[in-house]
Amino acid sequence: MQLAIDVHLETDAPSAFLSVRDLRVYFPTADGLVKAVDGLSFDLARGQILGIVGESGSGKSVTSQAILGLHKGSSAEVSGEIWFEGKELVSMPEGDMRALRGNEMAMIFQDPLSSLHPFYTIGWQIVEAYREHNKVSRAVARRRAVEMLERVGIPNPDKRFGDYPHQFSGGMRQRAMIAMALVCDPKLLIADEPTTALDVTVQAQILELMKDLQGEFNSAIILITHDLGVVAETCETVVVMYGGQCVEEGSVKDIFYNPHMPYTWGLLGSMPRMDRTRQSRLTPIPGTPPSLIQVPRGCVFHPRCRFRDRVGEACTTVHPDLEYVDATSHRARCHIEEHQRSRIFSNEIAPTL
Amino acid sequence: MIRFIIRRSLGAFGVLIVVSFVTFVIFQLAPLLSHSSPVYYYVGKIPFPPGSLQLKLLEHRFGFDLPWYSQYWHWLHGILFGQMLTDGTSPPVHCAAPCFGYSFQQNTAVGTLMGQAFPVSLSLTVGAATLWLLGGVLIGTLSGLRPGSIIDRAGMTLALGGVSLPIFFTGPVLLLIFEYQLKWLNNPSYASITDDPVQWLKSMILPWIALAFLFAALYARLTRASMLETMGEDFIRTARAKGLPRRTVVVKHGLRAALTPIVTIFGIDLGQLIGTTVITETVFNLRGLGWLSVTSIRQHDLPVIMGVTLVAATALVIANLIVDILYAFVDPRVRLT
Repeated sequence: MQLAIDVHLETDAPSAFLSVRDLRVYFPTADGLVKAVDGLSFDLARGQILGIVGESGSGKSVTSQAILGLHKGSSAEVSGEIWFEGKELVSMPEGDMRALRGNEMAMIFQDPLSSLHPFYTIGWQIVEAYREHNKVSRAVARRRAVEMLERVGIPNPDKRFGDYPHQFSGGMRQRAMIAMALVCDPKLLIADEPTTALDVTVQAQILELMKDLQGEFNSAIILITHDLGVVAETCETVVVMYGGQCVEEGSVKDIFYNPHMPYTWGLLGSMPRMDRTRQSRLTPIPGTPPSLIQVPRGCVFHPRCRFRDRVGEACTTVHPDLEYVDATSHRARCHIEEHQRSRIFSNEIAPTL
Repeated sequence: MIRFIIRRSLGAFGVLIVVSFVTFVIFQLAPLLSHSSPVYYYVGKIPFPPGSLQLKLLEHRFGFDLPWYSQYWHWLHGILFGQMLTDGTSPPVHCAAPCFGYSFQQNTAVGTLMGQAFPVSLSLTVGAATLWLLGGVLIGTLSGLRPGSIIDRAGMTLALGGVSLPIFFTGPVLLLIFEYQLKWLNNPSYASITDDPVQWLKSMILPWIALAFLFAALYARLTRASMLETMGEDFIRTARAKGLPRRTVVVKHGLRAALTPIVTIFGIDLGQLIGTTVITETVFNLRGLGWLSVTSIRQHDLPVIMGVTLVAATALVIANLIVDILYAFVDPRVRLT
């Protein structure tokens, strides 16, 4: 692991559109150092949709905010590298970062009601985002905002322009939020649980809209969610996070049909499915997410892992590396032998899903 | 909107009618219940014992022998439409609305007494309010933006002093320093702002500071708490994610939301203070409404007490009304129906 970091540090800007390398975000608190993200690496190509999955407190949101540089100026300690189109973001000063934020990269948040300012109209908020990065007149910005509202499917955009967030329905608010995020044609869109606060029918519409727009603008999307259903519908590649680390990554196919990490198995088992037989119940993952102040020694997942006895000592003492499962980009962090994992999944896990 | 204002104004008027009735009951009818006579409170010390013919004559002259509802109506009618004032011997004098009656103890119409006192109270309250709003909000905002910083700790220590030290301490200390030691102000007496603005300012500056110190401390703490809460809101994160400069995030997005509750409290504080700055007025020898009410209570000067009570209540009710209407402009989520 240590070797790998050194190699990374010596390399120049990577060719990938977005490359996160050994990202660490620590928050000093009175109780100790909270290691919210601890050595996360992933790449993302232009036009690709990446899903980041994990339970609450696994470091998903903190990661996304680190990419946007929102921790700058707070007490958080951010280290590692984030390369975005050949520019390194972790060391970038706040002023330069601000020019990127909302312009080259934008973010959609979980709860559109609390994320939109209650005292300003939807239109005003979109115009503000547009005029911050484009030197245009109010009238031009207004036309652009109305155009964006129309594009995200808000009826009567010219009239709704002057409405306040509380006058919109939940789904409409999230559409407006997306319009605001996309108003400057960002190359990277980070969606932090964009559908969690919405009901299921609206969820599907919003995801569809995001996919449409992504195709239209050829932007890359990072979709942060705890909902594997959303990932299966939307994403091409997936990063599974646990305790601030990536425990498995791969294509959607890898993660859903050939997962190699007991935590991913657990997530799949706790996902409701329409095609499941009626009498079978969801299988929760036992225990609770780990403390990020005292991260478990060895494998972060070992206290909750049902398959720990198949390995022995290593799980509790040695931190497993993120190792390639096959020749592709599929990697997993687990001490169980690879062929044994395949066998466990197909014999013990797959039948219960 | 118009309907809301009309409805709320009518409601406020209703509240004032109730206040006027309660005031009337307490000060006018209470003496009757204790088998005393309101005449004693009305005209001051008179040598006639209760039940004596002379007292009955006086009661008749002032209308105290009429049923309570016609007495109340007479009083209210005077306030709303004016009335004829008479002592029963000299020819009646017309007293225009709002006529609060006549103080026989001070030989002046109550309206005149309050007309002299009101500008003093208004000057004191509005001037102090401007000072404490500017100071309190500034300190509170700076503290709230950087909790734990030196500004925060200094500001909050000062604020703790402000809320803990009463005006009858800070007032004399101010007088001692600026009046008696430095002799900067030369014992100014109150002058109307229209007559002599410089004198007005000189007479008001120390009372303003004393009163504002107390309230600025309160407002600094309120603003700090409100600012801390607001800066943790999701919409602030959104504003930052849009790439807005910190100034814009703090002022347009943060302060705008954080100050909304402060506006509410400010309006009510202002309305309440008009008639209740007794201590400040006493310390600095100002003849405002607070001083007037205390003096008239001490002298059992009933018409004045009732007048001051009603004026103070009106100020508070109007302040509440303005705050309600203002709030709808500040926070679009408030529906005025």
